[in-house]
Amino acid sequence: MRALGHIHPWSVIRHVLLLAGALVMLTPFIWMLSTASKPQTEIFSSDLHLIPYHFALWDNLRAAFARANLWRYLLNGLIVTVSIFALQVLVALPAAYAFAKLRFLGRDVLFTLVVFCILIPPQATAIPVFLLLHRLGVLDSYVALVLPFTISVFGIFLMRQFFKTVPDDLIDAARMDGISEFGIVWRVMLPTAIPAVTAFGIFSVVAHWNDYFWPLIVLNSEHLQTPPLAVAQFRNNEAGTNYGPLMAAAMVIIAPLVIAFLFAQRRFIEGITLTGVK
Amino acid sequence: MAEIEIRALRKAFDSAEVLKGVDLTIEDGEFISLVGPSGCGKSTLLRIIAGLEPQSSGEILIDRASVDGVRPSARNLAMVFQSYALYPHLSVFDNIAVPLRMKRLSTLERAPLVGQLLPGRRRVERAIRADVERVAEQLEISSLLKRKPGQLSGGQRQRVAVGRAIVRQPRAFLFDEPLSNLDAKLRAHMRAEIAQLHRQLKTTFIYVTHDQAEAMTMSGRIAVMIAGELIQVGTPTAIYEDPHDIRVAEFVGTPKINAFPGKIRSDGWLEVLGHTVHAATSSAAGECRVCVRPERVELSDGGALSGTVVHLENLGSEAFVHIGSAGMDAPVVARVNDPRQLPALGAAISYGFAPDAVRVFDAGGKRIATSAAPRAEWLREMAVG
Amino acid sequence: MAEAATALDGVAVAPGAKARAFSGLRQAGGSRAAYALTAPAIVLMLLMLIGPLAGVIALSFTDYQLGAPSFAWIGLSNYREMFADRVFWISLKNTLTYVAVVVPGAVALGLGIALLIQSGTGLRGLYRTVYFLPVMATLIAMAIVWEFMLHPQFGLVNGLLRAAGLQSHSWLQDRATALYALCVIGIWQALGFNMVLFLAGLVSIPKHLYDAAELDGAESAWSRFRLVTWPMLGPVTLFVVVISAIRSFQVFDTVQVLTKGGPSKSSEVLIYTMYAEGFEFFRSGYAAALTVVFLAFLLSLTLLKSVLGKREVHYA
Repeated sequence: MRALGHIHPWSVIRHVLLLAGALVMLTPFIWMLSTASKPQTEIFSSDLHLIPYHFALWDNLRAAFARANLWRYLLNGLIVTVSIFALQVLVALPAAYAFAKLRFLGRDVLFTLVVFCILIPPQATAIPVFLLLHRLGVLDSYVALVLPFTISVFGIFLMRQFFKTVPDDLIDAARMDGISEFGIVWRVMLPTAIPAVTAFGIFSVVAHWNDYFWPLIVLNSEHLQTPPLAVAQFRNNEAGTNYGPLMAAAMVIIAPLVIAFLFAQRRFIEGITLTGVK
Repeated sequence: MAEIEIRALRKAFDSAEVLKGVDLTIEDGEFISLVGPSGCGKSTLLRIIAGLEPQSSGEILIDRASVDGVRPSARNLAMVFQSYALYPHLSVFDNIAVPLRMKRLSTLERAPLVGQLLPGRRRVERAIRADVERVAEQLEISSLLKRKPGQLSGGQRQRVAVGRAIVRQPRAFLFDEPLSNLDAKLRAHMRAEIAQLHRQLKTTFIYVTHDQAEAMTMSGRIAVMIAGELIQVGTPTAIYEDPHDIRVAEFVGTPKINAFPGKIRSDGWLEVLGHTVHAATSSAAGECRVCVRPERVELSDGGALSGTVVHLENLGSEAFVHIGSAGMDAPVVARVNDPRQLPALGAAISYGFAPDAVRVFDAGGKRIATSAAPRAEWLREMAVG
Repeated sequence: MAEAATALDGVAVAPGAKARAFSGLRQAGGSRAAYALTAPAIVLMLLMLIGPLAGVIALSFTDYQLGAPSFAWIGLSNYREMFADRVFWISLKNTLTYVAVVVPGAVALGLGIALLIQSGTGLRGLYRTVYFLPVMATLIAMAIVWEFMLHPQFGLVNGLLRAAGLQSHSWLQDRATALYALCVIGIWQALGFNMVLFLAGLVSIPKHLYDAAELDGAESAWSRFRLVTWPMLGPVTLFVVVISAIRSFQVFDTVQVLTKGGPSKSSEVLIYTMYAEGFEFFRSGYAAALTVVFLAFLLSLTLLKSVLGKREVHYA
């Protein structure tokens, strides 16, 4: 398989195959960009072409933002994902520390419970949680969007794995310095776990930014819509006419994550495939 | 059985030259070790011989025929890896059988279910079974045939790896640091077993190791490689007693050979730390290094050189005295045969060595020939000065 | 002298006392702190996960509807209704079909791409990024792009087909093809995820095994694959298949936005049915029963993974 300095035929074949596949994978993105840059007349024509004759991207974007409050929806996405992640860290890290480093009655039983909960798919608990939130009167609010996800059993599992590798001596030294157990979590464990927390953060933000099911269920008000809901709504309103602005809106919705991804690919891939680390 | 010739072999990875022109002829049936510090290129050389890497330039000939472009499996060589490289999902039996199955069964016959139905297969399988069982007997692993590598100890895995090599009846065996992963006792035991194996099989063994003790005890010849160059090839005795390069002298032998800074005087005599050594050389005057093995350093009251005892190592059967001397960066190490008569730590001590014990190397590290003056003359000189 | 002895004594005692105080910290104080630290997590777990899990099972035995003043325990009636409902069986069949198409597709392609990328050294980072991009991009947005691409008149796909002289088709509007169109989108989206998992698996295969295989006579890429790559990828493959299956079972977004289960229920899937029953018709009890069936499938997949998983791991 190794040639002596010449360009190996396999190398060429490999690139051809991978590039062909890459083209297929990118086609929706390219087509989205292309359509978002075309005026209505060019979109509704049987003449297929990639580069628009008349560059209409700004027009379509303007139309999209006029029809739908895209900034607001992006902001909602930001508020919701950041809140969820922050609360997840607040809840999961202390618990993970306790499971990893402290001895207490019922520790193993409780942790088995945590592991069991990882297996529960989000759709399974939807109905009762919905009914609970309805009872509490918090449906159709940020609380409804955030509260159910503040408990991330996966996060607890992940951080516990990581915390177990922290040397006990470090913790004892902190205790001797008079730091409380709670303080240890934030001042000793967290700094050593930044990479793991980052990976988890990426995993959490991506999952909840892209979540469609739950916001669809709990929201009614338009001003609270998260990005996926917003773009679905846009499509429903347009009902097959304004593809230009629709594609432009889709572009805006996926842009934050895609741009962040392109800047930090390795971290993203690590974070999202974290489930593989199990 | 094969004679292997390596001609002007060079290998570069990107811009780093790993092998800088190696020439070596390996005799048919001999046990030769490739020794050198880590990173010297010995494993790369072995892989090139095996065909796992292509060389940048130069030739490899096996039995007078060039093997350029010949696939590893077609070269009829077998290799035992440092990590054993046993297939974890196959039993010991299947592991050893792999090369036989690859060679004797066609791709179709090897197909999982379909292959078993083909007519000739059963006959071939029976022959394979006989071969595998024979090799397993030879290596005393018959009881392990059904187990998987994960269930074996290090030594057992090693034997399976050797078995997989033997069963192919190759022209030569290539060993890539096979004992590095074993503990000291097991290593000593396996050394003897591999030497024994060579006597039985009488096939060419090329053995790569960084452990000079292994090379010294097992091989018929040693090839010392340092920084991609073959510095010296010879029998263990020749390498030890007659090193051509100071790097060889320093690499072989434990503890390391003592290297004294010295001078070649214009009258041909050697001078070490201000004292004359009664060995003459015809080389030009200049700086040189005079090396003496620890076992040739003699501790005596009238010794020409002096120093203080800075460290003692008592191994029970022998002992080493480390002497700090003025003019020497590192302590001089002397071997003492009777540990019951050790000098005290911190004591002043004098030492010397016979003229025929010195190995002299010029400023470039190359060996300079010396001839010793007769001992009587030396003793007379010692009494005087 | 005596003072020195007592001084030494003092030194000897102090560390011991400290050590005892320490272990006390680890037990008494440690326990209290531990309960305090885990309390929020445990409470939320019970409230949002375990409670609802029990709740959904309990609900499935009631006829509760959202907004109703009371409800009754009706035993297995929901299940009886479900098993008699034609829509349920269609939904189940469609879901199983979706899984049966997407899992092999996404796993095989993910493996193939991973192998291709690993078989050479050029542009690995670029390919990894490109193939992983669909996993990242919001599915709803991309699904809408796909919808336009599949547009009967102006879509890219039909345009290319027509240019090649083939028939165009109303992919999402035809009952024969709607589900399969969704399958294609599903494979497109999942492929990169599987690829990354396989890449991690490939990278962890010890290189020396390939050397040994080469020397043993495994000359072709196919025999190297059979002898080394495929067996060593065993655990990863199992993992990828199960994860893909679980995620495929949860398919919802594309159905809800693009087809709403149509045309004529040809793309109706389990979670969509559950959503419709639970959140459009608010028949909570019945929807809960559907959820339980869904859970049963998922749990059996996870069980399968644990059982098979123990067998597959090989220690090198």
